[in-house]
Amino acid sequence: MKPEAGFGVASRDIGRLVLYLIPPGIITSVFVIWELSVSLFDVPVWLLPAPSDILVEGKENYSLLWHHTLVTLKEVVFGFLVALGVGLVLAFCMVFSRAFERAVYPFIVASQTIPIIAIAPLLLIWVGYGITPKIIVVALISFFPIVVNTMDGFKAVDSDAMNMMRTFGASRWQIFPKLQLPNSLPYLFTGMKIAIVVSVIGAVIGEWVGASEGLGYLMTRSIPQFQTDRVFAAMFILSFLGIILFMLVIALRRVIVPWYQSEEYKS
Amino acid sequence: MKLQVRNLEKCFTDKGTYVNVLADINLDVYDGEFVSVIGPSGCGKTTLLNCISGLEEPDSGLINIEGEESQSRLGRVGYMPQKDLLFPWRTVLENALLGMEIRGHSRIESRKRAGELMERFGLDGFEYKTPSVLSGGMRQRVAFMRTLMTDQELIVLDEPFGALDAFTRHQMQEWLVDIWSSMGKTIILITHDVDEALLLSDRVIVLTARPASVKLVVNVGLPRPRRYRMVTDTAFIALKEQLIRALWSDEV
Ligand SMILES: Nc1ncnc2c1ncn2[C@@H]1O[C@H](COP(=O)(O)OP(=O)(O)OP(=O)(O)O)[C@@H](O)[C@H]1O
Ligand SMILES: [Mg+2]
Repeated sequence: MKPEAGFGVASRDIGRLVLYLIPPGIITSVFVIWELSVSLFDVPVWLLPAPSDILVEGKENYSLLWHHTLVTLKEVVFGFLVALGVGLVLAFCMVFSRAFERAVYPFIVASQTIPIIAIAPLLLIWVGYGITPKIIVVALISFFPIVVNTMDGFKAVDSDAMNMMRTFGASRWQIFPKLQLPNSLPYLFTGMKIAIVVSVIGAVIGEWVGASEGLGYLMTRSIPQFQTDRVFAAMFILSFLGIILFMLVIALRRVIVPWYQSEEYKS
Repeated sequence: MKLQVRNLEKCFTDKGTYVNVLADINLDVYDGEFVSVIGPSGCGKTTLLNCISGLEEPDSGLINIEGEESQSRLGRVGYMPQKDLLFPWRTVLENALLGMEIRGHSRIESRKRAGELMERFGLDGFEYKTPSVLSGGMRQRVAFMRTLMTDQELIVLDEPFGALDAFTRHQMQEWLVDIWSSMGKTIILITHDVDEALLLSDRVIVLTARPASVKLVVNVGLPRPRRYRMVTDTAFIALKEQLIRALWSDEV
């Protein structure tokens, strides 16, 4: 074995290790600087809590935070699933009927230009106070990336592949499940990656305008009482939730679209 | 008579400019024949195949398949594109079965036949692998299997070996002739390569530059099985000279 070959492998491994260590490294250093600045300048907790204060808050009120986290998680997951269902059905109908596409697409785009903050209070009047209006708000903002990406996926079929199917005598009802649908899956997952993250924002907005439970509600209640450490604890949990759900979508893509990985790295 | 093409014409209008691609093509292909079509680049060879397979409608002229003028030719002519177009979400075997699946062949029957053919196509052991692990020549063979295993008797091939290296190409050419003679298909092959046309076919049809019409039809009387070393035989060279002269006669 050539000595430089061994060295090459080792240095590549080190390079990968460094890549893996970048995110935790940056987060840790931000927290350290934050902690030091707060104690150095003697910032009061109600103005800006140090990471250690937030940790203590999280530990002491573990069960309270956990309760509200579960409520928000439920809204996110249900809202996202509704968005997924509605998004897929809409994309499917639009790809099969040009007329339906032309009739519905403007409304889909318009639905995203209306500020969600304006709709959320109206939903309270229309459907009441429970979990339903939150699910609607979540679904409303997260169905859009799903519809748009899935549509693109249905349409982004290689024209030669389409022609090949036609020369076999394939009907539309054969071309869709055998070519268009599998072809669209990587696009669908791109849409889902965006959707799951905005779902978290949607749930908080939904709770913000009127709720009795959930992390968004907890934040609105804690701000007037200057419980800033609790607000920060809730924010960290929300970010963490978003990251976990995002990674779950990626993991799901690895299972459902295993070929995408190999295609991705070919070029 | 498998295929009869009479006075076929086709033009495209592309952003206001009018391109006459096929001008009066006449062509007969007999049952079980292997016919090659060669012609200058861009003369309309692919357009001709698209018309025969039904992907495009000609502007005028007749295309008869098995003696009947059929309006909807889609599904009657097997098409082997230049790209292999294997679906990454299907295994090798599932890709090979795609054509039969669409045409409603019995599932069990197709799997059985495919299983038997895997070895002849040099693919045994790869049935359940994804296409990404295959070499270029193997991918091409899966694509052939997908087209050749259906009940379509007339197969058109659009420069199927263009993307392969020279060595693999010669292997695949011999292999295609083997498969063709045992499966009883009728084949129309488009190629740029005069040697390929002569080694594989019963007849070679030379097209003119655009707008294309038939310039010369050559009967290749060479005995089969043909091997690559025959390219140095005098009979082969005489035919090749004839073809090259026809192809390049417009040049000064
Ligand atoms: N859909 C189309 N619209 C407009 N022009 C077209 C269309 N399809 C083909 N053409 C034109 O028709 C001509 C012949 O094209 P075609 O692909 O049939 O040639 P070819 O002989 O197969 O070429 P090559 O040897 O490069 O494969 C070209 O000049 C091309 O620009
Ligand atoms: Mg061509």
